[in-house]
Amino acid sequence: MSNYRQIAYEGLWKNNSSLVQILGLCPLLAVSNTMVNALGLGLATMLTLVTTNLAISLIRHLVRPEIRIPVFVLIIASVVTTIELAMNAWFHELYNLLGIFIPLIVTNCIIMGRAEAFASKHPVSEAVADGFFMGLGSTIVLLLLGTLREAIGFGTLMQHAELLFGDMGRAMTVTLVDNYKGYLLAILPPGAFIGLGLLIAVKNIIDKRLAEKPARVMVAGPSKAVS
Amino acid sequence: MQKNILISAILLGLFAVLGTGLVAFTYDKTAPRIAENERELLLHRLHELVPAEAHDNVLDSDTINVNVASLGSKQPLTVYRARKQGKPVAAIMTVVASEGYSGDIRLLVAIRADGELAGVRVIKHNETPGLGDAIEETRSSWILGFAGKSLQNLSEKEWHVKRDGGSFDQFSGATITPRAVVKAVHNALLYFTAHRDELFRQTQEAKHE
Repeated sequence: MSNYRQIAYEGLWKNNSSLVQILGLCPLLAVSNTMVNALGLGLATMLTLVTTNLAISLIRHLVRPEIRIPVFVLIIASVVTTIELAMNAWFHELYNLLGIFIPLIVTNCIIMGRAEAFASKHPVSEAVADGFFMGLGSTIVLLLLGTLREAIGFGTLMQHAELLFGDMGRAMTVTLVDNYKGYLLAILPPGAFIGLGLLIAVKNIIDKRLAEKPARVMVAGPSKAVS
Repeated sequence: MQKNILISAILLGLFAVLGTGLVAFTYDKTAPRIAENERELLLHRLHELVPAEAHDNVLDSDTINVNVASLGSKQPLTVYRARKQGKPVAAIMTVVASEGYSGDIRLLVAIRADGELAGVRVIKHNETPGLGDAIEETRSSWILGFAGKSLQNLSEKEWHVKRDGGSFDQFSGATITPRAVVKAVHNALLYFTAHRDELFRQTQEAKHE
């Protein structure tokens, strides 16, 4: 059990693919301009990670070391193409919106990285858990960044939610400021970089606070020299 | 040693077959649905410009391809024709505005049989978000302003943005995008007026100039 807790902790926080490993930045920065885009791509990435981790863990005893990389590439490419076709069939408008970034999941280093570093060395259930939590960690960061950029850039939350949730999604859009002129910097790529930088900074501050806590109990004084 | 290589090769081949099989299977299962989605999206767009009750033919099969430089593309562009009881109602032309700020802007320009614009919509563009993308119907109402305009009610000089002495608004911070769109729509109208009868001719043949 503690094994899964460790996997969850690694995926969501300690080894978060976006905030710590800084992997897969291309889709992260490009598609995080609205919450719905971010959620759509995050879920697609998560699904890919779970499926590829599962497949690779299943065949890990079969594949010889010298052909493992091409086999991983084959599996990942087939899975991503399958997901792309399925999205095109059932979430057509969202698919049009995310465009090139769905097929580009194939080049996302998180997927190859987890296949090689984790799934090929662990039993199926752990590999699936790792794919799920790594994907979830990345989705949460995408969503946070999407929320930040949409709120500042457009003054709304969940705009175009109907693309993901059907007609009931229309009611989910929240307008924060009426007649908001929009703040271009947040929507354009620089806003993505600044936003991601801020998120990483916040994570580092929290990590530092957590590390200081036990130290403060022992020293029992205002000594803040523990940097 | 050689045996090992052979086994590896066979394994690799097996995975290639499996992967391709999965993709082929999914493609086969989703292809009709995807085609249906695309057709629905197209018809939805066309019907925004020419309402379904205004015509009685099937819009996406009554088409003609036009290959003219003034419409902005070297590729043949599709013209959808709306008819009611055989009489021309409107032509919806695919037009490319090639002088945008960032790449081609693809437009649908719907022109009624009498030469008046039924409306214009943007299908695809790469203009700057927050500036040039105000040509999208969801971002601003600018594009709706074309409806009702024609070569008769606006003079040659008025077919420009205001900065160039015409009658169309530009956006603050973006003049190039609306300028390109106005020019492309104007060119489409000119072409339509000069070739009206050919555009509505009842043949399926592609036309080349």
